[in-house]
Amino acid sequence: MTAKSPNTGANRVAGKGRLSPAKTATFTYDGKSYNALEGDTLASALLANGIHLTGRSFKYHRPRGILGAGPEEPNALMDIARDKARRQPNVRATCQEVFDGMVAKSQNRFPSLEFDVGVVNDALGRFFPAGFYYKTFMWPQKAWDKLYEPIIRKAAGLGDSPDEADPDHYANQFAHCEYLIIGGGATGLMAAKTAAKSGKRIILVDENAEIGGGLLSDASVTIDGKSGSDWAAEILAELKSYDNVKVLSRTTAFGYYNHNMVTLAERVTEHMANPPAEMPRERLWQVRAGKVILATGAIERHLVFADNDRPGIMMASAAGVYLNQYGVTPGKNIAVYTSCDSAWTVAFDLKKAGINIPAIIDLRKDIDETLIKRAEDLGIRVLKHHGVVSTKGRLRVKSIDVEPVDGVSSETIDVDCLLMSGGWTPSIHLFSQSRGRVKFDEDAGIFLPDIYTENCVSIGACNGTFEMTAALNEALKSVEGKGKAPKVADAVSMSGFKIGAAKSAGPDDFTKAFVDFQNDVTAKDIRLAVREGFQSIEHVKRYTTNGMASDQGKMSNMHGLAIAAEMLDKPIPEVGLTTFRSPYTPVTFGALVGHNKGELFDVTRTTPMHECAVANGAVFEDVGNWKRAWYFPKAGEDMQAAINRECKMTREVAGIFDASTLGKIEVVGPDAVKFMNMMYTNPWDKLGVGRCRYGIMCREDGFIYDDGVVARLAEDRFHVTTTTGGAPRVLNMMEDYLQTEFPEWNVWLTSTSEQWAVIAVQGPKAREIIEPLVEDIDLSNEAMPHMSIREGKICGVPTRLMKVSFTGEAGFEINVPADYGREVWETISERGVPMGLTPYGTEAMHIMRAEKGFIIVGQDTDGTVTPQDAAVGWAIGKKKTDFVGIKGLNRPDLVAEGRRQLVGLKTIDGKVVLEEGAQVVDDPNHAIPVPMIGFVTSSYWSEVLGHSIAMALVENGHSRTGETVHIPMPDEVIKAEICSPIFYDPQGGKVNG
Amino acid sequence: MLLIYCPYCEKELPEIEFHGEGEAHIERPANMADLSDEDFEKFFFIRENEKGIVFERWRHLHGCGRFFNAARHSVSDKFIKTYKAGEPKPKLTKKEIEAVLPPAKSTPANEPIWTIEKEGEKK
Amino acid sequence: MRKFSAFAVAREAMRSHKGWEKQWANPEPKSSYDVIIVGAGGHGLATAYYLASVHGITNVAVLEKGWLGGGNTGRNTTIIRSNYLYDESAGMYNHAVKLWEGLSQELNYNVMFSQRGVMMLTHNVHDVQVAQRHLHANRLNGVDNSWVTPEEAKEFCPPLNISKSVRYPVMGAALQRKGGVARHDAVAWGYARKAAAMGVHIIQQCEVKSVNRDESGAVTGVNTTRGTINSKKVGVVAAGHTSVLMDMAGVRMPLESYPLQALVSEPVKPIFPCVVMSNTVHAYISQSDKGELVIGAGTDQYTSYSQTGGLHIATHTLEAICEMFPIFARMKMLRSWGGIVDVTPDRSPILAKTPVKGLYVNCGWGTGGFKATPGSGHVFAHTIANDEPHKINAGFTLERFHNGRLIDEAAAAAVAH
Repeated sequence: MTAKSPNTGANRVAGKGRLSPAKTATFTYDGKSYNALEGDTLASALLANGIHLTGRSFKYHRPRGILGAGPEEPNALMDIARDKARRQPNVRATCQEVFDGMVAKSQNRFPSLEFDVGVVNDALGRFFPAGFYYKTFMWPQKAWDKLYEPIIRKAAGLGDSPDEADPDHYANQFAHCEYLIIGGGATGLMAAKTAAKSGKRIILVDENAEIGGGLLSDASVTIDGKSGSDWAAEILAELKSYDNVKVLSRTTAFGYYNHNMVTLAERVTEHMANPPAEMPRERLWQVRAGKVILATGAIERHLVFADNDRPGIMMASAAGVYLNQYGVTPGKNIAVYTSCDSAWTVAFDLKKAGINIPAIIDLRKDIDETLIKRAEDLGIRVLKHHGVVSTKGRLRVKSIDVEPVDGVSSETIDVDCLLMSGGWTPSIHLFSQSRGRVKFDEDAGIFLPDIYTENCVSIGACNGTFEMTAALNEALKSVEGKGKAPKVADAVSMSGFKIGAAKSAGPDDFTKAFVDFQNDVTAKDIRLAVREGFQSIEHVKRYTTNGMASDQGKMSNMHGLAIAAEMLDKPIPEVGLTTFRSPYTPVTFGALVGHNKGELFDVTRTTPMHECAVANGAVFEDVGNWKRAWYFPKAGEDMQAAINRECKMTREVAGIFDASTLGKIEVVGPDAVKFMNMMYTNPWDKLGVGRCRYGIMCREDGFIYDDGVVARLAEDRFHVTTTTGGAPRVLNMMEDYLQTEFPEWNVWLTSTSEQWAVIAVQGPKAREIIEPLVEDIDLSNEAMPHMSIREGKICGVPTRLMKVSFTGEAGFEINVPADYGREVWETISERGVPMGLTPYGTEAMHIMRAEKGFIIVGQDTDGTVTPQDAAVGWAIGKKKTDFVGIKGLNRPDLVAEGRRQLVGLKTIDGKVVLEEGAQVVDDPNHAIPVPMIGFVTSSYWSEVLGHSIAMALVENGHSRTGETVHIPMPDEVIKAEICSPIFYDPQGGKVNG
Repeated sequence: MLLIYCPYCEKELPEIEFHGEGEAHIERPANMADLSDEDFEKFFFIRENEKGIVFERWRHLHGCGRFFNAARHSVSDKFIKTYKAGEPKPKLTKKEIEAVLPPAKSTPANEPIWTIEKEGEKK
Repeated sequence: MRKFSAFAVAREAMRSHKGWEKQWANPEPKSSYDVIIVGAGGHGLATAYYLASVHGITNVAVLEKGWLGGGNTGRNTTIIRSNYLYDESAGMYNHAVKLWEGLSQELNYNVMFSQRGVMMLTHNVHDVQVAQRHLHANRLNGVDNSWVTPEEAKEFCPPLNISKSVRYPVMGAALQRKGGVARHDAVAWGYARKAAAMGVHIIQQCEVKSVNRDESGAVTGVNTTRGTINSKKVGVVAAGHTSVLMDMAGVRMPLESYPLQALVSEPVKPIFPCVVMSNTVHAYISQSDKGELVIGAGTDQYTSYSQTGGLHIATHTLEAICEMFPIFARMKMLRSWGGIVDVTPDRSPILAKTPVKGLYVNCGWGTGGFKATPGSGHVFAHTIANDEPHKINAGFTLERFHNGRLIDEAAAAAVAH
């Protein structure tokens, strides 16, 4: 190395790999600084620097090293940070690309990775078999959550959660295509190339930074006479020239949902040293595909033998990737332990790169002679039908003991690295997620796609087609391609496999032969589970936690299954395969949330007069997704003072209120009356044009669903108002009946909620204030009585002017086109405020309506209250033969004695304001449980009346007027008298001004 | 997320445009006021909840606003067809049903022809 | 049944754990039993256990079409609380909480019931009113529940965002300190082991194909994939599949089955000390002993028996999680899954006799059945043994859909479970 090019590690192999030595990046690992080449994964950079030790296991805290080179990695999980807030735990070092300035830390160790006190669990491992916690920690009873559980929780958990809000942003995109091709290896590329010419929309995704899959680490294969990586590069270049093809790298297809929706997580900036601020960190793609081509390949399995988990023991294919793709050797003296041909090729590649290979140990008796010949030619010792029976080395493997499979004579071989291969498991995760059915191929020891339920197809290794020419032909066929696949030569053989326990993994002594590395599940744990009666693979999985770690069993599932099957003496398919679920690899919450956070978490609805309220200093409350002015405090006023003033001024002079959030529906047509008669309990035939009526709507069950004032504009036209929250559901219910039960009725429904701004002007001076602003309407009591509507103009704009009152005062609700709402509000205010007109908010509105005993649906009713219960039974048309709720209302329990009925409550001490929600009882001294006869629905201080007021639902309340009831509070019992809920102006004269 | 064909818009659209509206072909009795409690219970509360072919209502809420019906398999979640409100419950062919059946082994409770026979029994 | 204890584990450790016996047997079905329970989930197994332990009825078969505990028992987010509004619900769930408290010892199986506290957030005035109504009713019913301010809520759960500038700021919370979580699988296994030890037959991979009745209409048994099994009493405890089974006996149910999803994050060190629920923004979260954040999502909008749902349902919940707990935005979803929940019109369960003599049903727990497991099994066993309901489940009848006497927790409080 020259001074100009920093040292990127002693284990770089000159002339190998695809990274440019010109570009480097510096990162720290556990506080120490290292150099990497641009394009390195954290794992390849660490290996280049001779580091295998990367973490501690979950339960035993055993030292662990880098095992793989992809998303199946169970061991090398790191805490990766850019800065304090941009930190993520449990990141796979094998997937995370190094960027300049990256801070990586190992996890789950104390005080350090090299010396972790938690390792005591390892020494005591025999006391912690699978499921031990179900059998212990039960005495004394109280000790579980106080003593034992905190210890267990502290030991578990791998990395540390982020502790600051995430400053990054994420994007979300929907896409459609005819072909979604998942996997950019040889078969995926072949399919994409073939389909591209059709002009159909194609999306090709691959989880790696570089497209090419296994071709990138295959030093020998040629396709069409080109090296595998060159062939891939050529196709990729060609694909990029098509407008109809989108290629997404660093993108993981993680979920397969109904009706061919596949979800992808694209890592956009996570590899960049200085991500541009405008770029999202990750992007969620939701792709609806015509056909999904699964070219997801296969994952190499490890071998299950004693102490198979020491740092320095890794997957053979991973070593091939590190050597051929990253130019890194994982050691200098590397033995290979395999049952599969492909590991031999890795041994050959390493040997050719100058690495010492002391032996290839193969479990098989019968091995392809050409492999043996090549090994001999390269001078590699071959131990046929042998197994590794133990390993030594605390923080890194130092030696292995080898024995014949059928023998006992042991030999020790010194190594600094051991590669292993138990063969390949097709990646059927997405196929399984699509709810396809799998079958077991006994000869190959693999589960394969069998019956498809979606329009998708598996090609290549994920379909069990390990032979490349055959795989490429599948690729051609999958996209209706013609012709023949290109000529393939010298492809790596992937035949040979071993599932389940290898020699030395038991049966049962004290050896730890790991099946699931991350969750520390050993072969003997699986056997114990079966012995204890856990017979289905679901039970074994849950009892041992095999396959439940953050790698979700990509390497361990098949071994666990095979060991369980062996114990049960049943064929593998009878023990079952656990269902794969989304996501294939873990997905950042932020990416799933996308833009829907902060202000965009939920729609904020504001009224046309919102800015007027802001200018008046309103405090807002959330009502559904509306922002409503709650009260208008003046300087020095608290909430109570403000609402006292608002109520008082409204009752004495006039108040102005923004009622725009009320739902509005226009019901029009020759059958409009008939329709209204059906929807509402009230009769509508006799409501004159220009008149209003309070309407109650039930569901068929007879409980109050909504209420509001309905105005008749013409024989065939109603202006219906609903509650603020009820607008959508009322319209939906009306549409439902109209479209599905009474489609022959001539009625049209239009939501006009957002077309009309509504300004309520209420109070003795209401008319005086608005009169000069109104044209074409006579506002006199005679011409326009209470509960009437007129059309005309106000402030020069069209209005539907309603003489209605929710306060008990004379007043108007002025509907104007929404765009004019603010202007009309301001004009009225300009004239009215000098006269004493006071803006009031929802709280004052609530008080004034309660003073009048008007209910609020959802507060004084709760979905279990009938119109009779709510003392609005008068609103039921007694002569009507049908309306929604007519039968429900008459069901036995709805007409029974003892129903809770709405009444007023007056506290004996008028200064005491009841709590809303407080329960009403007859006998406050009753032992718990105390029989409750009702509860307070609304309760306020009435400044105008000088005492508190409340409404309550009380059993048989309507016949108990004058009786005293009790409201028990935590520290006292409040007495109250049942009274009429109409506290203010019981004669009702004030509405006429 | 399901893909739903709106028979009014004549388009296949994502589920988030639609609102599920429960079981279909439950007609509101014309004599509602005189209904027995038992019949009201049947009308308002009792549901087929079929494990197999379900007939259900959808509303294209964020689209044309129309209510329509669908025949769907409640294990595979695949639609056989959607059809306009007011159209009679369709007679499904064996072929149509078989096309939406989930693979038999993953749902042992499901037997292919069962739904058709049962349909005949009921009406 | 050999006793589980630290001592037993230590002794077994010295002999490679070879001495453990099967936690439950896998018997061949007999031709008849005193009681058949259909469904070996938590509720069914608990019913069998209490039939044996409380009522001395041990000649019981629990039939399961798959594997015991493989349904909603093993698929839920394990929240346990009892701060329900109505007397009937409070009675039922409080009964369950009391049984939970001694369950590990009673079953000699650590179900890891952890009373970490369940906090239900409020975000608007209406939420607060509803919470207050619950608090007052709970107090008078002897159910633990208390009001906490946003600041107190944050002290109890430090990751909680109580900023006033979020879309729906926290206005306070109702906290049930005795609420918590338990290890769901262990509940099923613990009941199975103890019930089996008392003579109950747990027969897995045995699907009921029809229900047999005599001329009088009374139940005589069931036909299964493993033959006919006779019994004069059959209790159906089949969650999402209840409609299908009851239909076999000619009883039509007020039930609909919906997919319900849940998910977990990757495991992290302890960060989340309790259970937090928000019905308004749809967030339900706790942290498991393994370190995973356990998050409950909502139901899909269509009925389904598929045990899968749409991603948009899960993401909707994650939006709320990240809004309430912004430090979790960089956490990762590790695993998601779905269950089939059977929902009644009033969102309260049915534990009752049926119009068919000898047929009993326990269903309709919707999204919240796990918490009731011991209580439900206990009173359902009583109902079967005595052919009449326990006073605790007396209100959870089928007739309420007839006479209108609903127990409408949902309507009353807009509360999901």
